[in-house]
Amino acid sequence: MYRYNDIDRRIVRERVAQFRDQTRRHLAGELSADEFRPLRLQNGLYVEKHNPMLRIAIPYGQLSSKQLRALARVTRTYDRGTGHFSTRHNLQLNWVRVDQVPDILAELAKVDMHAIQTSGACIRNITTDPLAGVSPREVADPRPWAEILRQWSTLHPEFAWLPRKFKVAISGGPDDAAGVRVHDLGLQLVRNAVGELGFRVFVGGGLGRTPILGKLLKDFLPWRHLLTYAEAILRVYNLHGRRDNLYKARIKILVQALGVEAFGRQVEEEWAHLQGGPSTLTEQEAARVATHFEAPDYEVLPKLDAGFEFARRHDAEFAAWTLRNVHEHKMPGYAAVTLSLKAPAQAPGDATAAQMEAVADLADRFGFAEIRTSQAQNLILPDVKKRDLFNLWQLARNAGLATPNIGLLSDVIACPGGDLCSLANARSLPLAAAIQDRFADRERLADIGELRLNISGCVNACGHHHVGHIGVLGIDKAGEERYQITLGGAFGLEASIGGVIGPSFAAAEVPAVIERLVENYRMCRRPHERFIDTLHRVGPESFRAAAYETNTESTESTEIEREVANG
Amino acid sequence: MAKLIKNREIVEDNWKVLTLAANDTPETVKLPFGNVLVPLAVWQARKEDLIHREWDQGHALGVWLGPKDNPADLAADLDDLSVIGVEFPLANDGRGYSIATLLRTRYGYRGELRALGAVGRDHIHYLHRVGFDAFAIREPELAIVGLDDFSEAYQAAANQLLPLFRRRAAVA
Ligand code: SF4
Repeated sequence: MYRYNDIDRRIVRERVAQFRDQTRRHLAGELSADEFRPLRLQNGLYVEKHNPMLRIAIPYGQLSSKQLRALARVTRTYDRGTGHFSTRHNLQLNWVRVDQVPDILAELAKVDMHAIQTSGACIRNITTDPLAGVSPREVADPRPWAEILRQWSTLHPEFAWLPRKFKVAISGGPDDAAGVRVHDLGLQLVRNAVGELGFRVFVGGGLGRTPILGKLLKDFLPWRHLLTYAEAILRVYNLHGRRDNLYKARIKILVQALGVEAFGRQVEEEWAHLQGGPSTLTEQEAARVATHFEAPDYEVLPKLDAGFEFARRHDAEFAAWTLRNVHEHKMPGYAAVTLSLKAPAQAPGDATAAQMEAVADLADRFGFAEIRTSQAQNLILPDVKKRDLFNLWQLARNAGLATPNIGLLSDVIACPGGDLCSLANARSLPLAAAIQDRFADRERLADIGELRLNISGCVNACGHHHVGHIGVLGIDKAGEERYQITLGGAFGLEASIGGVIGPSFAAAEVPAVIERLVENYRMCRRPHERFIDTLHRVGPESFRAAAYETNTESTESTEIEREVANG
Repeated sequence: MAKLIKNREIVEDNWKVLTLAANDTPETVKLPFGNVLVPLAVWQARKEDLIHREWDQGHALGVWLGPKDNPADLAADLDDLSVIGVEFPLANDGRGYSIATLLRTRYGYRGELRALGAVGRDHIHYLHRVGFDAFAIREPELAIVGLDDFSEAYQAAANQLLPLFRRRAAVA
């Protein structure tokens, strides 16, 4: 993990002092609500429906056990005891007090954490693959580059007041668990023909109101040029992105309006002035940062562990867990483990302070004191000996963290929605619970297999519904909470944006609709074929028909028929 | 008279900022008496005029840029100007930060670079970093302390051309 030095610490402390003064002036009436707003947002503080929400950064998803304990402490002291791990490596506290936020940030600063730029029209928290550094397939470890980008983007004076937020994801490739094509700037580590390391650069992707996949901007950017090239992109965006309409201000709209070729030409023109300049990365800096991410002291172990194999054969529940929640590791005898935050009746991504502490304990005992957060709103222990898995599983189960559902239908990804978020059209948490409830049976879940279900409470798409195999979007129809279903979205390398299947449903109908979609898949599938692959093979028609089957009487489905008749 | 922060001190602001009203044209708008910052359009329409005015009357001359103006349009004229202003109509319109960066790091402007408009204490540190050395902004007496909100920075910027990673040995 990256270890802060004195300068890193000083910068974070000075930020706390700056925000403490801003908060004081706001509470004293010297800074109006409008003036305070962008300042608090750049420190992660939202004013939500019921209460202020603080979004704490977990840069590229890396946490030490000490930091996780600090998060637990803060959650218990300043919130109601539960935190929400978001889809972008953040922890959200939904019940903080504005006057206490500077104290929270001061507490976090003690463990080298902060909430800098977790919101606002600036460069946001950098995200990456949750299995970075341990995945057997990756081209290179993305974390040093994520840290270099973190430092570069932190308090960047030129890019703090962009037209709109700017999100960066970086993946170690060749798989992409970071979603590089659904970010404003996506970077995929690749090697060129002569083995040099660099980035494939995507720009202008994003979800939200106008979902769109990022366009390839540069096939190979040598690593040295990472910062100068990013600066060129950001400068073109800062100067030319639209500022007249909030909904058209993301870089994707600029890229779309100009076309990626013309946009690319502007970037190249700008970059020509910067390339080779002082912000060009040096071998020395790359090496300095990389030393922070050196592998821990792995034991030399055989690939197979007899005890683990025995337990797996004799304990079906353990076996089910290892199948879903245990992942391949580059070191023989090791595995990465996902601790599920998707137990039935638990809001997706939520963890109590006690659970955070339990995870910290597990990390200390079994995993070099390190934890990751995933885009699917779970926690990961990246380095566990296979020998320890059975023990770990038992302890995790006691803490309610061993639901064997990673990648399955009940591993629902959902934003906080209408229960907490003031922008919401509809609630997402009760719906997530109802779906989890309907698909609680483990054998059935396992039989359905890999299926990504995402729920967002409004078009802002914090639940990433566009990239769910099944996506659910809350909409407001004449004051009623309704839900629109999309099919065929996908995340990562195979990224695609789901298509809306038709008219919306009432909340009570949604679990049954999903059940019918799933049943249709089970009817159509070939052996070992995933939901998404069946959908691609047979097309959405039969799924659509299945979804609306029981609705033949309703006016909405006549609307569809009319549309088809007129089409 | 209004106050100004200049080179870390509060001084009297003896400049006027000319703006074009709806019925003014750059060619005909009346210039005020004294030191004046004119809009880019006025400068482009009346360069000779303005330079003569400076010589004849001894009034200093500057140009101010709005967020949509291209600083490249001034690149050839930098020596003629005592002050360049950059206007921030709204605090969250960040184009002026890039305009300042370009004036300093691309076009080599060394003279006074003045921030004008809706920015204040909470913006001045970043403004200073991208190259502003004068600030005709609200509440200058309160704003000035904001210059020192941070004592170190990671990135290169106009007031520190080397990123921290090229200075580590020196600052450690
Ligand atoms: S998707 Fe909408 S409802 Fe959900 S958290 Fe984001 S803004 Fe709130």
